[in-house]
Amino acid sequence: MSWITKTLTSSIGRKLIMSVTGLFLCTFLVVHLVGNLQLFKHDGGAAFNAYSHFMGTNPIIRTIEWGLVLGFGFHIYEAFALTRRNKAARGQGYAQWKAEQNSEWTSRNMGILGTIILIFLIVHLYNFFWRARFAGDLPKMGGADVETADYDNLYLAVVSSFQLWWYVLLYVAAQISLGYHLWHGFRSGFQTLGLNHRKYIPVIKYAGYVFSVVVAAGFASMPLYFFLFTNERGEVVSNASSLLQSVASAF
Amino acid sequence: MAGSNPNAKPMNLTLNVWRQAGRHAEGKIVEYKVKDISPEMSFLEMLDVLNEDLLHAGQDPVAFDHDCREGICGSCDLFINGRSHGPEKGTTTCQLHMRKFSDGDTITIEPWRANAFPVNKDLSVDRSAFDRIIQAGGYVSVNTGGVPDGNDITIPKEIADRAFEAATCIGCGACVAACKNASAMLFVSAKVSQLALLPQGHAERKTRVENMVAQMDKEGFGACSNIGSCAAECPVGISLENIAMLNREFLVAKATSNNLA
Amino acid sequence: MLLDSKIPEGPLAEKWEKHKFNVKLVNPANKRKYDVIVVGTGLAGSSAAASLAELGYNVKAFTYHDSPRRAHSIAAQGGINAAKNYQNDGDSVFRLFYDTIKGGDYRAREANVYRLAQVSVNIIDQCVAQGVPFAREYGGLLANRSFGGAQVSRTFYARGQTGQQLLLGAYSALSRQVAYGKVKLYTRSEMLDLVMVDGVARGIVTRNVITGEIENHAAHAVVLATGGYGNVFYLSTNAKLCNVTAAWRAHKKGAYFANPCFTQIHPTCIPVSGDYQSKLTLMSESLRNDGRVWVPNTVELAERLRKGEIKVNDIAEADRDYFLERKYPAFGNLVPRDVASRNAKQMCDEGRGVGSTGLAVYLDFAEIIQRIGADGVSQKYGNLFAMYEKITGEDPYKMPMRIYPAVHYTMGGLWVDYNLQTTIPGLYATGECNFSDHGANRLGASALMQGLADGYFVIPYTIGDYLAQTAPKPVDTQHPAFAEAKAGVQARTEQLLAIKGTRTPDQFHKALGHIMWEYCGMARNAEGLRHAKTEIQRLRKEFWSDVRVVGTGEELNQTLEKAGRVADFLELGELMVDDALARNESCGGHFREEYQTPEGEALRDDENFAYVAAWEYQGDNQPEKLNKEDLSFENVKLTQRSYK
Repeated sequence: MSWITKTLTSSIGRKLIMSVTGLFLCTFLVVHLVGNLQLFKHDGGAAFNAYSHFMGTNPIIRTIEWGLVLGFGFHIYEAFALTRRNKAARGQGYAQWKAEQNSEWTSRNMGILGTIILIFLIVHLYNFFWRARFAGDLPKMGGADVETADYDNLYLAVVSSFQLWWYVLLYVAAQISLGYHLWHGFRSGFQTLGLNHRKYIPVIKYAGYVFSVVVAAGFASMPLYFFLFTNERGEVVSNASSLLQSVASAF
Repeated sequence: MAGSNPNAKPMNLTLNVWRQAGRHAEGKIVEYKVKDISPEMSFLEMLDVLNEDLLHAGQDPVAFDHDCREGICGSCDLFINGRSHGPEKGTTTCQLHMRKFSDGDTITIEPWRANAFPVNKDLSVDRSAFDRIIQAGGYVSVNTGGVPDGNDITIPKEIADRAFEAATCIGCGACVAACKNASAMLFVSAKVSQLALLPQGHAERKTRVENMVAQMDKEGFGACSNIGSCAAECPVGISLENIAMLNREFLVAKATSNNLA
Repeated sequence: MLLDSKIPEGPLAEKWEKHKFNVKLVNPANKRKYDVIVVGTGLAGSSAAASLAELGYNVKAFTYHDSPRRAHSIAAQGGINAAKNYQNDGDSVFRLFYDTIKGGDYRAREANVYRLAQVSVNIIDQCVAQGVPFAREYGGLLANRSFGGAQVSRTFYARGQTGQQLLLGAYSALSRQVAYGKVKLYTRSEMLDLVMVDGVARGIVTRNVITGEIENHAAHAVVLATGGYGNVFYLSTNAKLCNVTAAWRAHKKGAYFANPCFTQIHPTCIPVSGDYQSKLTLMSESLRNDGRVWVPNTVELAERLRKGEIKVNDIAEADRDYFLERKYPAFGNLVPRDVASRNAKQMCDEGRGVGSTGLAVYLDFAEIIQRIGADGVSQKYGNLFAMYEKITGEDPYKMPMRIYPAVHYTMGGLWVDYNLQTTIPGLYATGECNFSDHGANRLGASALMQGLADGYFVIPYTIGDYLAQTAPKPVDTQHPAFAEAKAGVQARTEQLLAIKGTRTPDQFHKALGHIMWEYCGMARNAEGLRHAKTEIQRLRKEFWSDVRVVGTGEELNQTLEKAGRVADFLELGELMVDDALARNESCGGHFREEYQTPEGEALRDDENFAYVAAWEYQGDNQPEKLNKEDLSFENVKLTQRSYK
């Protein structure tokens, strides 16, 4: 083995990959969240579809996409590799184990949280990414604008999916998992990179908490909003309270 | 009046103790009753009582490691009621006192669990993996004699204090025992940090961290997931900052050392 | 045999330099042909093993612990003395020498002590280079404090964990040599006998405490660094496993045992709370700087306290007897360790002791808490107060501490000459295991100094002198002496297992400890000592017919280990009594009630007892033979201590 593979397959090396890919995926979450906010624009999906068309066709984005694939791939692969290693480090377990008295639940259950997110990811990718990119069975936008008429109407696909209660449930559960995953993962990523300083660690810690809540709540708000307040075309239904209408129109 | 406290009432306890005849033998939890335990006793003195009872009954006493009984040698290593060194924070097993328990309690006592710490017998485990990690580089390579005057090397008080705090590790293994992954990162990081902070350790800074981490992995300890159980259970309060420092030292060493192996 | 201390000729200050020149050297290429066994891996053992391996010798190091780092050197709190004079306060090698000789009540060898003071400065340099994190001043230089009543600040420290940091330094040096393959480390191996071939030490017999395997190991020389024997008292500040076995087995093979009765009692320990007590914990001596020692004025008040009818804070100021301040107005609570200890005992003997057992006196901080506030006290003594509360469950900020003296250190040990060689050629003793440097009383912060001086800076020179005169032929365990020694160890193990009596080793140990503490402890008298002798003999006989050990010798059997150690303590105890009985004077830690000044102070008899008592084993149950090494003092004037 060369020094590089030796480094990256050592216990700390694997953690470094987890950390780097994890923090990279955090930036992806930000981009994805900001893009998805177009859903709330109340323009019949025009902005969202334009955005998704751009993301699906722009050559730079398509290149970065490969980075994303690698990021997810390594993050998941290393997670399995580390879990296996860590399980093997304690063959015989304890009869009594009170870890809740010395650590946070989230930090001990990153694997479970990650697995829920992975299941969600597969469903999510199939429903939207796969259908848009490969299956090509999404409805088209149509309309007067010649340039956008041919775009996939991903907006409609998304909004209509969010009318299914089980789909919304999966979404929300996954976002809660993501929130908890980030609750530990954000700060942990910095710790693994060695970025722990008594001056800055409280900042990183609370930034991580804010980040995880904002990201999880942001993503979860979409299925909930469309499920509760709109029809399958994304139009606000009349029985939604006026307060929520005004909140929605603020976007 | 028992000890200082005339109201201290003796306790009767049920002990669930891990018994294992030898390294390759099957082990199991065995229940024992101990009576008239004074709250003034230390936890190990309570086990002494159990062992004297067992001996009088012609049974094999429970083997456990201990020595100084003042919290500094790092010999004692019991996993009590699901926690390294029991319920009291910042305390080794030998400094845990029975006043932390109540009459009628059931106490479960197990050995440290990690493949790198095989059980010798009952509650005694083999922690020589720690020695081998130190042998891989936990030192400054100076021979006796021929060293400069102690005051030729000036070290800012703050650095000396931080190095000292890392150096107070007693090598008990509570961190490994408490870690979900049976990771030895806190132990390794304490030594790496101590010597990385001090100018004396700088000459071998890169090889030290590379070799100690390699040995740590070879011994079969798990990886760190930054859970923090180790630091929370450490009887001498070794901080997680040391693990960050270890990660940093490792990364820099691997990226910049001339070692191609 | 005539005792030859091999002290070099010449002026005191030049002896060591001259001696280093005169000792024979082993050719560098030949060093790898010599094997040296080092038993014990505390400060003295680890430092010796590492330094000898660095020179090129093949070292085998043995410890019964699971790691060298567990040795009891680790528990030393206060610090380490060195004549650096960094503080510009008048310290010098000669002053450290003088203080040590005087502190030892003029029962140590001048030449050894002077050498100790000389090399003390090298120890600090060595430890700093190893990365020992000594306390530093803001400017980055090493910090010092004064300790144990010394008039200069010469004590180097690492908070309250100096012993730990120094041991970890020596352990790291040892670990490095293990990694190089120059030291072969045998953990969990207890030395159970010394092997002699043709009158010289040639190896040891060990028992692997995990597997029970009994093994022979051969070498050209053997170094014992196996610590002190304070656990003969059962309760002491020593670690539970500390024992005399290695030294005692060497003694039975011909090494003289010197001044066994010189034991140091430390006045500020946390008192015994019950019969189950397994060890005593030292509270740093520094507490006496600000704490006031007292007991109730009357026996009646003390009794009511013991029964819990009244609380300590109920006792009026007028009903408190600050006995040290009353008896020693000049020094007050800061009188030396032995004086403070004896006075506490006296109060308890009068029936004025406190605590449940009546074996404690108060150490009261109310006055300083009032003066500088609880925060100020916490900054000075926070960790000690916390430790006290952890052990006793009492808050010393609210009520006085209870303290009582406890056995802490043994100045006696295997007799060694200037080269640290015992009376057996090729057998060396270092650290607390030997008798050499502390006389009848050890000064604070000097134990760490001596252990490291012996290991780093004395034995590497002096052992070469012996090896250079030994043929560099390979040694092995083929000689019949090895088989014989091994068989002896096996027979003894089997004997212990075969008795199947009714009393546990701990019960015998406690009984012995009780006898030793009562009659050969803080104060001794001829009648009590004679009584103790017969008691010990009776107990020893009972031990060999009634001890109970279960299990086998082929496994981890901690009861068996304990039984073997107690058996040796039962023999040593009698020798200590003999020694105390033979020394018809009081000096340092040895206080014979018959020999005291009108003020109750120790009364030395320099005319008749300025000697080292070196006891020679004469066979099982035979009285040992007393050999005397006369001490001559050419550089200091012998004076009587007074603290009035």
